Amino acid sequence: MSEVTLAQSLNGALDTALESDERVILLGEDIGRTGGVFRITDGLLEKYGKDRVFDTPVAESGIVGAAFGMAIAGLRPIAEIQFLGFSYPAFDQIINHVARIRNRSNHRFTAPMVIRIPFGGGIGAAEHHSESTEAIYAHIPGVKVVVPSTPSDARGLLLASVEDPDPVVFLEPIRLYRAVKEDVPDLYYTTEIGPLRVEREGDDITLISWGAMIKETRAAAGVLENAGTSVEVLDLRTLSPLDHEGIIASARKTGRVVVVHEAPRSAGLGAEIAAIIQEGALYSLLAPVRRVTGWDTVFPLKRSEGHYLPSVDRIVRAAEEILEA
Amino acid sequence: MFSLINPDGTVRDRLPLTLQEMRGLYADMVEARTYDHKCMAMQRQGRLATYAPFEGQEAAQIGAAAALKPDDWVAGTYRDAALMWRAGYAWHLLIAGRTGDERGGGPPEDVNVLPPSITVGGHMIHAVGLAWAEALKGTDRIALTSFGDGASSEGDFHEAMNFAAVFNTPTILLCQNNGFAISYPRSEQTLSESIAMKADGYGMPGVQVDGNDVAAVVTAVREAADLARSGGGPSLIEAVTYRMGPHTTADDPGRYRSEDEAVGWGEKDPLQRVRSLLERAGGWTSEWQEELETRATTRIEEAVAEAEGLPQPTVADMFGRVFEVPTGPLREQLNEAGQ
Repeated sequence: MSEVTLAQSLNGALDTALESDERVILLGEDIGRTGGVFRITDGLLEKYGKDRVFDTPVAESGIVGAAFGMAIAGLRPIAEIQFLGFSYPAFDQIINHVARIRNRSNHRFTAPMVIRIPFGGGIGAAEHHSESTEAIYAHIPGVKVVVPSTPSDARGLLLASVEDPDPVVFLEPIRLYRAVKEDVPDLYYTTEIGPLRVEREGDDITLISWGAMIKETRAAAGVLENAGTSVEVLDLRTLSPLDHEGIIASARKTGRVVVVHEAPRSAGLGAEIAAIIQEGALYSLLAPVRRVTGWDTVFPLKRSEGHYLPSVDRIVRAAEEILEA
Repeated sequence: MFSLINPDGTVRDRLPLTLQEMRGLYADMVEARTYDHKCMAMQRQGRLATYAPFEGQEAAQIGAAAALKPDDWVAGTYRDAALMWRAGYAWHLLIAGRTGDERGGGPPEDVNVLPPSITVGGHMIHAVGLAWAEALKGTDRIALTSFGDGASSEGDFHEAMNFAAVFNTPTILLCQNNGFAISYPRSEQTLSESIAMKADGYGMPGVQVDGNDVAAVVTAVREAADLARSGGGPSLIEAVTYRMGPHTTADDPGRYRSEDEAVGWGEKDPLQRVRSLLERAGGWTSEWQEELETRATTRIEEAVAEAEGLPQPTVADMFGRVFEVPTGPLREQLNEAGQ
């Protein structure tokens, strides 16, 4: 057991994956010599050598397409794309090939591979470096979408993703890389892809979030608790497949739900979650489901990030509005 | 352009293939053309979905596959049925795919041929990854990817060529330059004099061969395969050929090319020239031709019957193909769809 950041935990999980399964290889831009733009692969080239860890030319479609071929041929590639906003050149490979080969080949060929992509804003980065377009990936049949928000989940979910017989888009919340610390077992363990994590239990209202917004959601829950409200917080952890049962069970229990996400509101996952709740828990609801989200604007540059990102205040306000209902 | 057999069947140079090999290649091309004609007819009868014929390209496809080992990887396109079949993919599965049945996409475990890629160009990099993996695993398997002249304009062509060269993967990139990307002529696709010469820019060998000369194709692909297997890395081969038919059963070539041009290419027919060569060498008789055609027809008819005889796919099959283990939402939807 050691106390590590989310970034360190991911690095440790990759180390463990490389150590425990010789089929695992890493490829991506700048992941070797420099250890990746966020240093998540730091030290792995030195430890495992140039036949396991590959710096590649700057070509996202090439990275994912080559990893796909490797996966079909029996390896377990873990590809890194530097930012979610840079993933779209590889989108054709993901939606048209990676996600479909099991279907296209009637199970004869499969693509057990992981595509790791840092995502989300709040770090004052350049354009394209702050995207939260997870809904685009969650909309694709044939890939799973996983988003850890804690160091221990990061390890368990990454190792589960490597073991998974199907492709996983593994989204890493940039803002939390070094903002959270936790004791993580130095063991090989997996965290099941699919089930959400109940971050805290409560009876009056459910706050649902994932990724970096867990931080603000957690803080908002603290504010509400101090005001005497019993708050349940759900960290979805997996965005595809969504944990329908877990979402519905909490909504039935509390009757009030706020969904918090960084992505734009329209056609965002908040809409899907609200639909799941009204299909499965409408008669238990005491108020409309609220969404606290990023706006339907282009993600702003540094000076306007505060205008965009859901704040603790916005979450608390939305919760108070439906608590009064 | 590298060639060994002239269109009239005379040999340009010493032929590095035996008469027996030439007879085998000819028999395979006859069988492939029989399949192609059958599929065109079936499409007209409404028994197949849109079909992309390969008539005229038999030498490029049969020759390329004949130069590979049985467990090498092949990643081709919707027009590569002859290539895929010669590499081990059964006719009945190819037909099943065209009847609109996903079960056609799954060859047996010992056949390393991917089901056809329908989007243009995305699959070339897959062969790079396949070959790369085999090299890392230490096997001597190589991968061949086939694509058209149109695909050479896709950005993915660049990424596949570059990755193959940079990582020295045992990959053969076979471009069947058949003159057209649907309606768009090769002359407008690129101002480059040839597609083969693009290999220079990536630091790999590139060769242009007469794609209607099966002996030349076999020889060029064998050389590339030997190079790849011995650690020498990838090659680009441009097989210059001609699509005698339409792009698919959904278009009319009369709108974009002249009848004269097609007739001219008809005189360079890949089957006819081998037949002339064999005839000259005493390796062809009309009885044998009849035997080949009868055998091919029987095999194709059996394959059609097998493909059309597959039971109706179930709803559960469709849901079952998304993941190894269906997820919660998929199980819910299957339940709903099944009611």
